[in-house]
Amino acid sequence: MNRKELLKVENLKQYFPIKGGIFGRTINHVKAVDDVTFTVYEGETVSIVGESGCGKSTTGRAILRLDEPTDGKVEFNGEDIVSLSKSKLRRTRKDMQIIFQDPYASLNPRQTVRQILNEAMEIQNVVPRSERNDRIAELMETVGLKPFQADRFPHEFSGGQRQRIGIARALSVDPKLIICDEAVSALDVSIQAQVLNLLKKFQREFNLTYLFISHDLGVVRHISDRIIVMYLGKIVEIGDKDSIFKNPQHPYTKALLSAIPVPDPDIKKNRIILKGDVPSPIDPPEGCRFHTRCPFVVDKCRSVSPELETRNHMKKGHQAACHFIEEIHSGEHEATRDLRNVRQES
Amino acid sequence: MGKEENILSVKDLQTSFFIDDGSEVKAVDGVTFDVPKGKTIGIVGESGSGKSITALSILKLIDNPGKIKGGQILYKGDNLVDYNERKMRKIRGNQISMIFQEPMTSLNPTYTVGEQISESYKIHQGLGKKESKRKVIEMLKLVGIPSPEKRIDQYPFELSGGMRQRVMIAMALACRPEMLIADEPTTALDVTIQAQILELIKELQDELGMSVIMITHDLGVVAETCDYVAVMYCGKVVEYADVRTLFKNPRHPYTVGLLNSLPRSDVDQEELIPIKGTVPSPDEMPTGCRFAPRCPFATEKCHNELPELEQIGLGEQIRCWIYTDEWTGDPEVKVYEP
Repeated sequence: MNRKELLKVENLKQYFPIKGGIFGRTINHVKAVDDVTFTVYEGETVSIVGESGCGKSTTGRAILRLDEPTDGKVEFNGEDIVSLSKSKLRRTRKDMQIIFQDPYASLNPRQTVRQILNEAMEIQNVVPRSERNDRIAELMETVGLKPFQADRFPHEFSGGQRQRIGIARALSVDPKLIICDEAVSALDVSIQAQVLNLLKKFQREFNLTYLFISHDLGVVRHISDRIIVMYLGKIVEIGDKDSIFKNPQHPYTKALLSAIPVPDPDIKKNRIILKGDVPSPIDPPEGCRFHTRCPFVVDKCRSVSPELETRNHMKKGHQAACHFIEEIHSGEHEATRDLRNVRQES
Repeated sequence: MGKEENILSVKDLQTSFFIDDGSEVKAVDGVTFDVPKGKTIGIVGESGSGKSITALSILKLIDNPGKIKGGQILYKGDNLVDYNERKMRKIRGNQISMIFQEPMTSLNPTYTVGEQISESYKIHQGLGKKESKRKVIEMLKLVGIPSPEKRIDQYPFELSGGMRQRVMIAMALACRPEMLIADEPTTALDVTIQAQILELIKELQDELGMSVIMITHDLGVVAETCDYVAVMYCGKVVEYADVRTLFKNPRHPYTVGLLNSLPRSDVDQEELIPIKGTVPSPDEMPTGCRFAPRCPFATEKCHNELPELEQIGLGEQIRCWIYTDEWTGDPEVKVYEP
């Protein structure tokens, strides 16, 4: 299959300095994203999942250079984003839009929807001024709002409607890639389903590519073609939807999937309950970052950091970063920790 | 089927908020459900359905301009609605406890964990310093906090989200209450931590023989933790059933709509079927069935007349015209049998 690479992220690092001491020197770094590499093809939806602090949102922001990445390469449509000048970056951003989580915080409360949409088109100058009002009416209808509502302020809309305005704004400049950063997380399920269906429809109609950042694995399963699982700033597993949900390999992915409550009282799950919390990204654990909570940990995990790789029993393009994928899969390597007890030992 | 003993019965509860301009917002508008002893009942609904206000009403934690307008809250046969503040204080934390969604805002940031948990020992059991400290450590151990001797002197900000929620649970269970109200206890937590906390609540419930009211918007949490479920919409219970019936044979169009719009992590779905429209705002509440404007089956009658919560089958309750003799719409829609 010959698909076009739309977005290529290589060895992306995003360290945030921690200032301290009398002179406000940098005393340490939060390693929010630490050496992340992946590719997004045109027309597909790739999701980044993980728990809070895993670096999924930071990755999204670094791609758009909303925060300047510490190191690494981001190639969009063949162009190196990281080295672009400000004015060139602005032009490129026409093709890469973002929808944020909180529809209450991401719309200017003092602008009407018309002003909000106009501003986006003005900056990118994609639609001639005389046609903008028609375009706004069209956009409003596309996202399921009434054109006359364009003269209202954000506070006059409900949460779901506001998220639609966020989508309309992203669509207004005719982008190629939309990064959806927890775009449906704040919505009730009945509204969430409306917005998800809308996103899918636009993908078909406008051949959009989505980078979907979410912690909700139900949403992710529904919308994604491929999935990236992150833990503490690193990718631990990457693969197509079926590989991740039906044949997960990394112990973290397995635990994450088993932890989700399922809306079916007849399913009694063999739940893997992870001990403890996610360690701080300031001083991430040596070796495999998951070793402090991994049920299968042995000495090697504590010192050697595993690489992403595909083993024999895995599909092409499915990779996981664990020393013992094969051994765990075959049952040779057994759990070294109790998988059930929730009262953790100190 | 033997009749189960109910520890709590809420009957036609009504809680309203009275706004300055004279208008009234009926946040809880006729809520009825039972909590059998030792069981878990889930109250599920979307934002604005009144599920949290129901919980706060049970403990009478409703402040001005809110007021419990009517109905009964029968706890072991006594009507809590008639209790004054002094009598309620003896109930709260001692017999009925509550844990909240956001542990950081519910814990006092200026007191140590130990001080906050021992408060209920002082108030309800009159214990001295030494004795309550011993009990606090025992409690922290019970909820699975490592090295409790050290944690007892820490402040909430020094703990992670999951640990804070454990402290809240320790605080709520300090006096071994007979009933626990958990208001979205895991919504602010990551799934792996959520799994820890839900498992913990279940284990403690078995050990202490508590009844639990689990308030949540997450149907997955309901399916896994509850014995009975009340589905709320716009301040009213629209469906009440045991958990298996509710998920296998949902009847109310709203319940069906919720299940159809839920993206699931355990199976592949072709497409989601959303519920059209949005929850009506309090000032434009429909006069008939509250769900009628969004219901795919609504008839003239649905828009004009409010259905009652009616008993159907064994212990199931439904508030919908479809399941009455007066239904004049499409007779086919009753067929929700799987």
